[in-house]
Amino acid sequence: MSVELDVFVGNTTIMDEEVYQLWLDGYTVIDAVKVRREGGVLDECEANADVVLSDTMDQYRTFQMCERLLHSPPKLANQLLFQITPHRQTILIERYYAFDDAFVREVLGKKLSKGTKKDLDDISAKTTVTLKSCRRQFDNFKRVFKVVEELKGPLVENIRHHFLLSDKLAKDYAAIVFFANNRFETGKRKLQYLTFQDFAICAGQLINNWTVGAVGPDSFVDNMVEDMDVDLDKEFLQELKELKILITDKDLLDQHKSLVCTALRGKTKAFNEMEANFKNLSRGLVNIAAKLTNTKDVRDFFIDLVEKFIEPCRSDRWTAADMKLYLTHYTNSVHILDTFKHQVVWDRYMGVIKSCIFKMYHD
Amino acid sequence: MPGKLKAKIVAGRHLPVMDRASDLTDAFVEVKFGNTTFKTDVYPKSLNPQWNSEWFKFEVDDEDLQDEPLQITVLDHDTYSANDAIGKVYIDIDPLLCTEAASIISGWFPIYDTIHGIRGEINVLVKVELFNDLNRFRQSSCGVKFFCTTSIPRGYRAATVHGFLEELVVNEDPEYQWIDRIRTPRASNEARQRLISLMSGELQRKIGLKVLEMGGNAVVGYLQCFDLEGESGLVVRAIGTACSLEKLSSGSILNTHTHPNTAPASNACNSPSKDGKEPVFGEDLPSSSGPPTPFRALPTSSSPPPPFSPSKPCSRQSSSSDTDLSLTPKTGMGSGGSAGKEAGPLKTLLRQQTQTALEQRGASSSGLLFNARQEFPFFTLTSFPPAFLLHVGGVVNARSVKLLDRIHNPALGNTRSYKLLDWNSVTADEPETRDAWWEEIRQEIKSHAKALGCHAVVGYSESTSICEEVCILSASGTAAILNPRYMREGCLDIGSTDHRFEEPSPPTCGFCHIPYDELNMPFPAQLTYCYHCRRQKVPDVLFTTIDLPAEAAVTGKGCLIQARLCRLKKKAQGEVNATAISNLLPFMEYELHTQLMNKLKLRSMNALFGLRIQISVGENMLLGLASATGVYLTALPAPGGIQIAGKTPGDPSNEQHLLTIQKRINEATAKNKELYQINPPKLFALDPEVFCGTNMELTEEGVGSPIPEPRQRSRLFRSHSESSDEISELDLSHGKKDAFVLEIDDTDAVEDIHSLLTDANPPRGFYSCNTETMPGIYNWTSGIQMFTSVRILRLNNTNLTNQGLNKIFTDLCENLLKSFYFKLRSMIPCCLCHLNFTVAVPEEELIQVAVTAVAMTFDKDQTQEKLAEKLIPKGGSDTDEQLQFPMELCADSSTINSQPSSKISGVPESTNISSRAASVDYGSFADRCSTWLELLRLKAHTIRRGSVKTSRRTQSLAHSVSSLEHSSPLPDGRSRSLRSSRSFGGSTVTVVKMTPLSFLPGTRIIKYLGIINMFFIRETTSLREEGGVSGFLHSFIAEVFAMVRAHVAALGGNAVVSYSMQDCVLMENPNKNQAQCLINVSGDAVICVRESDQDSLASTTTIGHSCSSTTDVTT
Repeated sequence: MSVELDVFVGNTTIMDEEVYQLWLDGYTVIDAVKVRREGGVLDECEANADVVLSDTMDQYRTFQMCERLLHSPPKLANQLLFQITPHRQTILIERYYAFDDAFVREVLGKKLSKGTKKDLDDISAKTTVTLKSCRRQFDNFKRVFKVVEELKGPLVENIRHHFLLSDKLAKDYAAIVFFANNRFETGKRKLQYLTFQDFAICAGQLINNWTVGAVGPDSFVDNMVEDMDVDLDKEFLQELKELKILITDKDLLDQHKSLVCTALRGKTKAFNEMEANFKNLSRGLVNIAAKLTNTKDVRDFFIDLVEKFIEPCRSDRWTAADMKLYLTHYTNSVHILDTFKHQVVWDRYMGVIKSCIFKMYHD
Repeated sequence: MPGKLKAKIVAGRHLPVMDRASDLTDAFVEVKFGNTTFKTDVYPKSLNPQWNSEWFKFEVDDEDLQDEPLQITVLDHDTYSANDAIGKVYIDIDPLLCTEAASIISGWFPIYDTIHGIRGEINVLVKVELFNDLNRFRQSSCGVKFFCTTSIPRGYRAATVHGFLEELVVNEDPEYQWIDRIRTPRASNEARQRLISLMSGELQRKIGLKVLEMGGNAVVGYLQCFDLEGESGLVVRAIGTACSLEKLSSGSILNTHTHPNTAPASNACNSPSKDGKEPVFGEDLPSSSGPPTPFRALPTSSSPPPPFSPSKPCSRQSSSSDTDLSLTPKTGMGSGGSAGKEAGPLKTLLRQQTQTALEQRGASSSGLLFNARQEFPFFTLTSFPPAFLLHVGGVVNARSVKLLDRIHNPALGNTRSYKLLDWNSVTADEPETRDAWWEEIRQEIKSHAKALGCHAVVGYSESTSICEEVCILSASGTAAILNPRYMREGCLDIGSTDHRFEEPSPPTCGFCHIPYDELNMPFPAQLTYCYHCRRQKVPDVLFTTIDLPAEAAVTGKGCLIQARLCRLKKKAQGEVNATAISNLLPFMEYELHTQLMNKLKLRSMNALFGLRIQISVGENMLLGLASATGVYLTALPAPGGIQIAGKTPGDPSNEQHLLTIQKRINEATAKNKELYQINPPKLFALDPEVFCGTNMELTEEGVGSPIPEPRQRSRLFRSHSESSDEISELDLSHGKKDAFVLEIDDTDAVEDIHSLLTDANPPRGFYSCNTETMPGIYNWTSGIQMFTSVRILRLNNTNLTNQGLNKIFTDLCENLLKSFYFKLRSMIPCCLCHLNFTVAVPEEELIQVAVTAVAMTFDKDQTQEKLAEKLIPKGGSDTDEQLQFPMELCADSSTINSQPSSKISGVPESTNISSRAASVDYGSFADRCSTWLELLRLKAHTIRRGSVKTSRRTQSLAHSVSSLEHSSPLPDGRSRSLRSSRSFGGSTVTVVKMTPLSFLPGTRIIKYLGIINMFFIRETTSLREEGGVSGFLHSFIAEVFAMVRAHVAALGGNAVVSYSMQDCVLMENPNKNQAQCLINVSGDAVICVRESDQDSLASTTTIGHSCSSTTDVTT
């Protein structure tokens, strides 16, 4: 005796959020049943193992049928096959596009290509995220990337509109797309301590300040430049070369140092280290700026930040407050330098650098 | 030229990619009606084409309008090869033919392909302009309203119930035609879908014609079924109840929508009915002591006929077994069984019986006109307006086993055109017809009803089960006596509640009173005086196929009771097979009945409603499933417990065993009593004044049965003598009432008892029933979830015993229920209503169970106030009408004699219910009001009471509103056009609720838009890829739901009521990776609004009116 067929279809599609999560997490039906039983589901409504199995299979089938629609979420609202309340639709979409930080950390900045997809089983083994879930997440990244790639207008807005995601999730996807597009190196050992959220916030800063779209809607009347939020502003990167004067002009460098030191004196325990390292650190930051015209160096942006600035500071045992103090004065003192003409570029550059380093300066 | 059909193709969306190279589609649309076809332009390279076509106009006969669907085909244009079909949409335009229903069809329809399922959507506009047709001999029946609902639709009032309608049409099944061997599966499926669409259109038209002939304007309780007889053809049959309905909402009683035919007739009948009233009035009221026979209730003239003495009261015709085998050899006419024996030509027999029936009723009886008019006083309704149903006799049931023969169809020589053939028109010397088969069965049902002293059968339904060439035809219903007022035409001036004055027994218990003569009982039954009114006799148990009358007094709550049974049978062919089956049937019916009775007792209940016994035939087994809702009727005696008796007393180990079983049974009974809150009111508590007229002991035990009872209760004896068709409460009324003895004499009995105890009760927070609503729950909130579930079990073990099979089958049903509870646990507290189980044996080793039901939430806190709530009938939506209506009457009709009296027996009694204990005798209340003075005084009282009632009602509404989740507001013409203009972003999909019930809790139906009757075939040759057979069926059912919802939304509706899935036939061949499934669904499309939205209600009704008035102008 065996169950040949077993279906349950509601006029309003019934979906259990717990089962949905298990499905998203790539559990097989059998494993999902096990998890549910361990979760005490049998105590509800005098259920038995068969009932839970049957329910899980039903739900899995429903999700599989929905998956096609979830690939283009606006369809979910217009399709006729499943009657799902708008609230439920939002949950379905949001959860489907949610991802594991551990997984995204592995593919962040990598090319979303077939090659990477082949490595997913390694990533799965490393992160203990199931392969099925890895695939879903990877395909989500790729799908969003492909859709917004060809679109004009602001990146986050586009993602939110075409995938009906929450603001937070749309921003995260923007970061992923941005990283994938610029191929930032995030996998080096020295960067391992950084979380996805660290990078996402940095990406947000870069998108908002360094891209073509960042200059503001005033300069682009129709606001419709392709990839405006994905590619860095080439003109700006050229202008960054001008900052080199801060380290090549000896007078300027000394003047800058003395201004910063005057301001910092007596305000921090790490003053001596700051004074001693000033020229080194300043060279590091300005050199990063000057090299950003090279795609290769753009990719190494984060590793450079860590190597040239964060690591020296950390070895001198700066606190986060020290860092804040130092960078604030380091940035502001430049305004007093009369001979330095590139204040706007400097602010645009240092604004992002400051926020990134604040975010990245932790253990 | 009676009609012009106009269609416009607006746009498509989500189309499939048909051109791999470009990932796009060059779509165009063919619009076909009858033999005329139009095409749109090709909209190149788009998955969201905007055709925005002109209006395609079809000039057609209204006969065609009724029969034909509008057929829309979406194709992909291909320059070099044949155009590829993407899919089709069939639109039934019947709803547009009735001015009261929808005026336009507009919306997104899923594009359906029988191989690929839904492939995108298409936006279509359809309108119909009807011209007046003065031809009296017309073939069409446009304008007759159809309802699947098996009660008087909400917002309508039944002026007259005309009676039974039946029709069937027969054709060859395209699947079995020679051409099927060379055409594609898709072509074959489409031919079949189209044919069935045509056949059901024709069937509906013919039924409509019959309605017009009878003078009605509507069909209520319309039930259409398909018999896929394979090689021998395809039968589409329908039954229904013809009515003259009037709209209530307009306020005026005489509405414009009565059919012209009824007007003269009604005038003619008006006067006798009025004459009839006064003598009855004078005569009935003084009746004080001595229980009047049920027939006093009938509004007969001064000399009431003898209490309905059936000609052969005691001849139970047990020999006339339904299971009579009638074989249909290729030649000659083998009329089946008893009918054949009694008389050759069936028609003559019928005529004779009708005449005798009339004679019996006496010439003076002015009512019962329906009998003169029609052969079968059957009603497909399951619930009735108050006071319609006077007495209920019990379930009547008939089955017949037939051998299918190829339907000879001379008109069908050419298989290309599906010329429809009406079986009735075939000449008489054709071989036996399906029509005659059914007539035979109905005849039998009728005679059973007669034996029960009843003149009508209500809650009537018919079904078939086919396996290869054997077919079991079944019919069942509830024998009843109806209030003849409703049968008579021309009682337009009588409100729906003013019949009670003729009825000495209160409606809370009146229907339980026996309709048959207690001295000439047709069967051994145990009668007692009614526990409610103490004036008339009631049986100890009552089985019915109808819903519990809203006004019935019930103690505690009800529950689903099922009897399940499997019987193995040898594989055989032809006559041998049929004989084997018909030999098994009586045993199965008996077993099922015993199970039902035991389970009923175990739950301490005494009545079954909504009883449905289904017997399905397979190659090597028969499946029996009886479902019903058990209740404790306050009027009936308390059921005794179950006593276990061993066959061999003295054996100590056996005794011990018995004791433990007995203990378990007693525990289960006690637990059930508590669970279902069955605490029968103590009769001592009654107001003694009420009983001043009846001089009786009021103790429970004191009211013994005065009838000497035959105490035979041998099971063996019964199963032999019993004709299985007469399954009814009579069967098991043996034994003394407080000791229902189960004898354990063999393993079978042990098994029985075991299965009795294994039935699990629903978990906490759940109730279940198969009737419309749960007796004892009155405070529904708006949360609903309709679902369909199908399960198929494969029996791999070939050498199974009957018991083994029984266990498997029982577990299957129990597990299904458990699954429902589990899946719907988020809705607690909730009740599964209208649980409709359908069993089938699709293949040799397979058992299929399909269930459609609705889960409805209710407010737990209010359950305590059930007495106060009692007056608010289940739906609530029509309550307003029913309450307001009598009040209006009361206010302006004080000069009419009959009106005040109606108020007295009507409203005061109901107020009593709410203010006093449950079991007060209201019947005698009327007795005391014997003078006009009192009547008038009470009338004033009534009005006051009425207002009190209304206020309480609004209060309860406020309750339910507060617990409402969101409910979809109604869409109307305007919002619809808004919707269609929006395209991307934002949902364009209307929420459509579906329910198998006739109402949606918390809402009121403001408009019926027409009947939904759809038939789909789905086939796949890639079963594995679609997720196996479960995946295949899952998506198909979801697709069917989607298509129903889309059609309803396009009609402007937001809900489907009385939804049902008549057929779900699945055939699979996993080895070939193939499967095919046929599904037939039906229901009523409606617009409903939240009950609280009074403003929008007012506005929408006016919109509805202006709409219909404009269409009136155009037509």
